[in-house]
Amino acid sequence: MNVLVSFIIVIFLVLLAIVGVQLGGLYILFGAVLPYVAIALFLGGLTYRVVSWARAPVPFRIPTTCGQQKSLPWIKSSRLDNPHDGVGVLGRMALEVLLFRSLFRNSRTELKEGSNKVVFGPDKWLWMGALLFHYSFLVIFVRHMRFFSEHVPSLTLLLQGLDGFFQVGVPVVYMTSFMFLVAVTYLFARRIISPMVRYISLPADYFPLFLLLGIGTTGVLLRHIFKTDVVGVKELGMGLLSFSPVASPDLHYLFYVHLFLVTVLIAYFPFSKLVHMAGVFLSPTRNLANNNRERRHVNPWDYPVKVHTYQEYEEEFRDKMIKVGIPVEKE
Amino acid sequence: MMYDGSKILLGLVIFLIAVTFPFWFSWVNEKSGFVPEPKLPEGEESCVESAEYMKALHMDLLNQWRNAVVRDGRRVYVSSSGNRYEISLTGTCLGCHSNKAEFCDQCHDYVGANPFCWDCHVDTSVSRGEGK
Amino acid sequence: MAERKPDEMGYYDQEELVQIDYDPPRSGWMDTPVDFRPGSWIYPGKPRHLEYLGLANPRQWSPTDDDWQLPPNWKEIIFEGMRERLDKYRTFKIFMDCCVRCGACADKCHFFIGGGDPKNMPVLRAELLRSVYRRDFTTAGKLLGRFAGARELTEDVIKEWFYYFFQCTECRRCSVFCPYGIDTAEITMMGRELLNLLGLNVNWVIEPVANCFRTGNHLGIQPHGLKDTLEFFADDIEEITGIRIDPPINKKGAEILFVTPSGDFLADPGTFTCMGYMMMFHELGIDYTWSTYASEGGNFGLFTSHEMIKRLNAKIYAEAKRLGVKWILGGECGHMWRVVQQYMDTMNGPADFLEVPVSPLTGTVFENASSTKMVHIIEFVADAIRNGKLKLDPSRNDHLSVTFHDSCNPARAMGFFEEPRYVINSVCRNFHEMPENTIREQTFCCGGGAGLGTDENMEMRLRGGLPRGNAVRFVQEKYGVNQLACICAIDRATLTTVCDYWAPGVQVTGIHELLANAMVMKGETERTLNLRLEPLKEEPEGDDV
Repeated sequence: MNVLVSFIIVIFLVLLAIVGVQLGGLYILFGAVLPYVAIALFLGGLTYRVVSWARAPVPFRIPTTCGQQKSLPWIKSSRLDNPHDGVGVLGRMALEVLLFRSLFRNSRTELKEGSNKVVFGPDKWLWMGALLFHYSFLVIFVRHMRFFSEHVPSLTLLLQGLDGFFQVGVPVVYMTSFMFLVAVTYLFARRIISPMVRYISLPADYFPLFLLLGIGTTGVLLRHIFKTDVVGVKELGMGLLSFSPVASPDLHYLFYVHLFLVTVLIAYFPFSKLVHMAGVFLSPTRNLANNNRERRHVNPWDYPVKVHTYQEYEEEFRDKMIKVGIPVEKE
Repeated sequence: MMYDGSKILLGLVIFLIAVTFPFWFSWVNEKSGFVPEPKLPEGEESCVESAEYMKALHMDLLNQWRNAVVRDGRRVYVSSSGNRYEISLTGTCLGCHSNKAEFCDQCHDYVGANPFCWDCHVDTSVSRGEGK
Repeated sequence: MAERKPDEMGYYDQEELVQIDYDPPRSGWMDTPVDFRPGSWIYPGKPRHLEYLGLANPRQWSPTDDDWQLPPNWKEIIFEGMRERLDKYRTFKIFMDCCVRCGACADKCHFFIGGGDPKNMPVLRAELLRSVYRRDFTTAGKLLGRFAGARELTEDVIKEWFYYFFQCTECRRCSVFCPYGIDTAEITMMGRELLNLLGLNVNWVIEPVANCFRTGNHLGIQPHGLKDTLEFFADDIEEITGIRIDPPINKKGAEILFVTPSGDFLADPGTFTCMGYMMMFHELGIDYTWSTYASEGGNFGLFTSHEMIKRLNAKIYAEAKRLGVKWILGGECGHMWRVVQQYMDTMNGPADFLEVPVSPLTGTVFENASSTKMVHIIEFVADAIRNGKLKLDPSRNDHLSVTFHDSCNPARAMGFFEEPRYVINSVCRNFHEMPENTIREQTFCCGGGAGLGTDENMEMRLRGGLPRGNAVRFVQEKYGVNQLACICAIDRATLTTVCDYWAPGVQVTGIHELLANAMVMKGETERTLNLRLEPLKEEPEGDDV
């Protein structure tokens, strides 16, 4: 059900773009107005989100420790999984952000049917799928800079060269295009296949996956099947970026579908779970050093609480204490 | 009031600078308004196919031509309008578009395309001393 | 034979219990109501404890009632409570916003593994709160409703919160695997704080809290009772070693204040661990004192609210100041060390009236405790052993084959892995690790932490204890392990049940019990009894202690 809803929405978006440009001739709307709105929402929304996180304090230092603490000098501590200082935290965060360290730990736990034996198996698929998805997305993003910057940045050219290393097809096939589609398909398939993951999945989980599949598919189609005038595409992109947008009715309608899906994705980004991109940097169980007993952490909203003082305590139990010879303050 | 504000804002600013790269990069390069102007041959009415077709699909055509010559030994192309052309990059294409730098490279550089035509073929405009 | 009841271990047939259906129900989780079946929930807090502590809405009620007698403006209270916490805790905000429901946490929870209830997947436990957060605190949720995973706050949602936030032991195992470090303990703590605003809590938590507030410890042991208890231990120690120990109580000017969970005073096998502490202190000639006022290291406030943590924890520094000690030593306890490590100094510090802890024996400066001024007894004793200050005869423990259960909190809030292993390996010669997915940072909970270790919750305890019990059984069958060592009072209480059920024949012990049995004390008579007063020469029977 959740799958269907999301799928229908994405199909609807695709049709909307086709109808909009083919029948409505709304080139300026799809080629300029909506992208501007989306970019504004993205930048504004994400900034708002991050600032709202920043406005909430971190009252307690609660890192999840995943390795040996630093204690006695003859015990080797685990600097990256249980950092005790800023350098260690940087290392831990780098591993987390760049290599998905925590997900790498993933295992599969099963109760052997009909017995009481719990068995563990390594499960690196999710980690691999996630890594493949995020890195191919990144490469694709950088590759697209050829449409959005003049001259084309050397990093883009370098990645293009590597990505198209096998020089298959004209224009060459980029490996990441297909890695991206495979990874997104995997991420989608596991949501459907695993009953547990299916159960926890919301429409809001399928929607971005369908959106990404749509973006990837239209992108590949545009490059290899329905080739459109890429110079025209870049002129549209550059027009957008220099705030002098142009209507480009000559471009293939699939290009507008591609652009519209991307527009929706970036507009949707700050208001959805996709903000994990920024949130991962701010997670207090990962980005704090485990040195609480060495350095006091201050809670900015700390307030006095009602406690039961020793005086109140002795008041109640004094006689009993004296009777058994426990020293008291007031005889 | 923000907590760890300086660190978070620094991160945010770095991100915003990075993600708005397309907005400022061309501007910094003073090329925001740059539009490629491939130099079209004077006195010619049309190419082997329509301009729209050539814009989007010239790489396909060239690829067909290459296969026709290298694999099948065919040297004649019949265009959709029925005209016959010799299949030759240096002869037919560069015959009109005589300057690679002023024609091909204009758009190829613009969109970062790096075709491997010139891995084998010789840029005759260079050999004639007209190229870059 | 009398009819067994759901709060007895024997009520649950093992064959039946492991017939777990991991396939989720056909109805979506938002549409599946809670089933309060006996054995899976805990009796509510008694009104007198709530009144004593000044908590909201004290009344007599039961989760099986239709009407939970919530305050009339309960919705407002929850929304206001959520808003306040979203403003105060970045964790709460981030953890509400960032989950992508990848499911990596799903099969990491002991309750899910042992029970199969999908709402015990950490992700869904958090979604119970998130769904309400989305609807009332986010634009997307307001606009898109169910599409964005938002739902209305109803009394049924509150019932669900009560059931599932008291089915989480705050062990933080899932948080190890989460790519964003989302910590379900933090979610559960927020959930329980919100529930407490409506007067919803469990007696197994709130009674100890009230006791601790009044008498200084969870069990409600009064000062004279504590003295009796320690003297009773001293009698046993004298019987075993021929050495008379006079435990110092509320002694002003002692060098060290010693604080341990009160479970060690009352129930076996914690009591043997407590005797172990006393023997070790005596042997090393430590100038220390017990306190009757701060007679609890544990802190069930952690299972109630942040404010309650602070209210209970305040006693430790206050007592250290009153007695004029130099620093504080803490006993073998789990959640106590989460509080000491991650909350105490922030809440009740700075402890500038204390000195940086220095071992009086070895001169070792405990730099890692230089601000909090509280040292773990295992750190302390590991240092003493390392420096040859204790005479140990590990062969006395040769009849034992030992494995070590990393307690959740020392493991995942401190990274306390090598110290206990070093001590165990110094005091016994047969040590075997459980499988690697079940130890260290991946250790499994006993199933009774965070205030869930009571008998009326027996079914969930046995289910939650399955992964741990299973790992124990594994080393029992493979290496003949017969002793499960741990450094947590709740473990010592609840793992006994877990082992009896899932790995019968394995006994639970604290490390200081092992240590004291192996320790050769100056002037001791030849040992014929171990700390459990069992004769040494024979193989101990496998039956109940």
